[in-house]
Amino acid sequence: MPKITYIEHDGAVHTVEAELGSTVMETALRNDVASIVAECGGSCTCATCLVHVDETWFAVVGPPSAEEEEMLDTAFEVKPTSRLSCQIKVTEALDGLIVRTPAYQGR
Amino acid sequence: MSDTIKTDVLIIGAGPVGLFAVFELGLLDIKAHLVDILDKVGGQCAELYPEKPIYDIPGIPLITGHGLTEALMRQIKPFGPTFHLGEMVTAIENIGDPLFRVTTDAGKTFECKAVVIAAGGGSFQPKRPPIPGIEPYEEKSVFYAVRKIENFRGKRLLVVGGGDSALDWTLNLQPIAKRLTLVHRRDDFRGAPDSVNKMRALVAAGAMDLKIGQVSGLEGADGVLTAASIKGKDAVEHVECDAMLPFFGLTMKLGPVADWGLEMDDELIKVNTGTFETNKVGLFAIGDINTYTGKLKLILSGFHEAALMAQKAHHYVHPDKRLVFQYTTSSTSLQKKLGVA
Ligand SMILES: Cc1cc2nc3c(=O)[nH]c(=O)nc-3n(C[C@H](O)[C@H](O)[C@H](O)COP(=O)(O)OP(=O)(O)OC[C@H]3O[C@@H](n4cnc5c(N)ncnc54)[C@H](O)[C@@H]3O)c2cc1C
Ligand code: FES
Repeated sequence: MPKITYIEHDGAVHTVEAELGSTVMETALRNDVASIVAECGGSCTCATCLVHVDETWFAVVGPPSAEEEEMLDTAFEVKPTSRLSCQIKVTEALDGLIVRTPAYQGR
Repeated sequence: MSDTIKTDVLIIGAGPVGLFAVFELGLLDIKAHLVDILDKVGGQCAELYPEKPIYDIPGIPLITGHGLTEALMRQIKPFGPTFHLGEMVTAIENIGDPLFRVTTDAGKTFECKAVVIAAGGGSFQPKRPPIPGIEPYEEKSVFYAVRKIENFRGKRLLVVGGGDSALDWTLNLQPIAKRLTLVHRRDDFRGAPDSVNKMRALVAAGAMDLKIGQVSGLEGADGVLTAASIKGKDAVEHVECDAMLPFFGLTMKLGPVADWGLEMDDELIKVNTGTFETNKVGLFAIGDINTYTGKLKLILSGFHEAALMAQKAHHYVHPDKRLVFQYTTSSTSLQKKLGVA
């Protein structure tokens, strides 16, 4: 199973195994990554699951869809490598992925 | 002071559970008014997942959040509920035995014999941007909603966001503002294309400004804003302004429910599972907002809770009438109420 590392804003690091086909958001919730809120449960309507994808990984993860880009408008401190983690599906190619979580998801 | 609205029951929250409560109360001849801070009915189903499928509504193999909301609205239509949308219930006062006075942030007052709190995950409230030191400016120079347009006349305004709220208020306030600046993180807007075109025309004509970036700091003193810093791609820009209006969508917060003197457990209201009454007589809590041993935050649980709540509410609304258990299938009196007999 691919491994994903979450680095939280307060420095807490979680390296966890992710199930293929699940999302980076679901994997975070299952592993108590507290700074992922995911109010809408992955419906791409809340933008409370924001992550900053590590620069070296962004090309692999890819850019957001148009729908996701619109939701990013309602997130804060959005960077060029920011994504909504519920919209990133776990694949073998993401083994080793590193994402950082923001201090504040809007609530 | 506006006139007090008298009703049998006031329901706080028009999510799926609040809506179904109208049905269960209606069957027992109890009239209801509903208040919701959202500008639409359906709660989480409407705001968070309108297009997503729900698979566990008994007897309905698949329905979307929007579909369920529509179906509930059809189901409760015979009972003629009255909706007060875009308003938040702020206070509940016990004025009788039981009799309640309920007030909203829009200044409306209700008088009712029972109150049903169907507040779900809490009230949907505007997201607050994490700009350092923003708190003292809130409600003085930083506003998440426009209550009175006139308050912004002749002012230098900063509107932040890229959706319909930001664009609509840009177009509405631009004519009366001294100068209006719209700030958005990218040069693409998700709002209605017509509003985007109107906004772009105003910018082209020099009648307002558009800045691409994110607000990173505020300047001023004692809640009076004088300027904001806007971090663009390459530089930080300084824009003078008297007021800022950020529009970043909504998030669920417990809100005023916490102040109503109810027995709570981790932001949830404790209830009696036979009646769904709280520790206060005549005050009920159903749906996601309540808690009890074995509670599941599911729509179907909320529906069950609504049915039991109605039985006890009947006791307060029609104290001299005896309640007879009946089926909608076979009772002509229930069918008359539903308009099918
Ligand atoms: C993505 C997602 C998927 C889900 N899928 C399912 C599923 O498949 N099956 C299922 O059974 N459940 C599902 N749920 C859960 C389900 O949506 C909730 O259980 C349900 O919405 C609860 O209904 P409710 O009426 O209690 O509260 P809500 O839907 O939360 O509605 C409460 C309403 O009260 C309003 N309110 C609160 N306080 C105030 C106040 N002071 N004044 C005015 N208004 C106020 C709020 O604005 C809100 O509109 C899902 C939830 C999410 C987020
Ligand atoms: S969980 Fe809501 S947008 Fe990702």
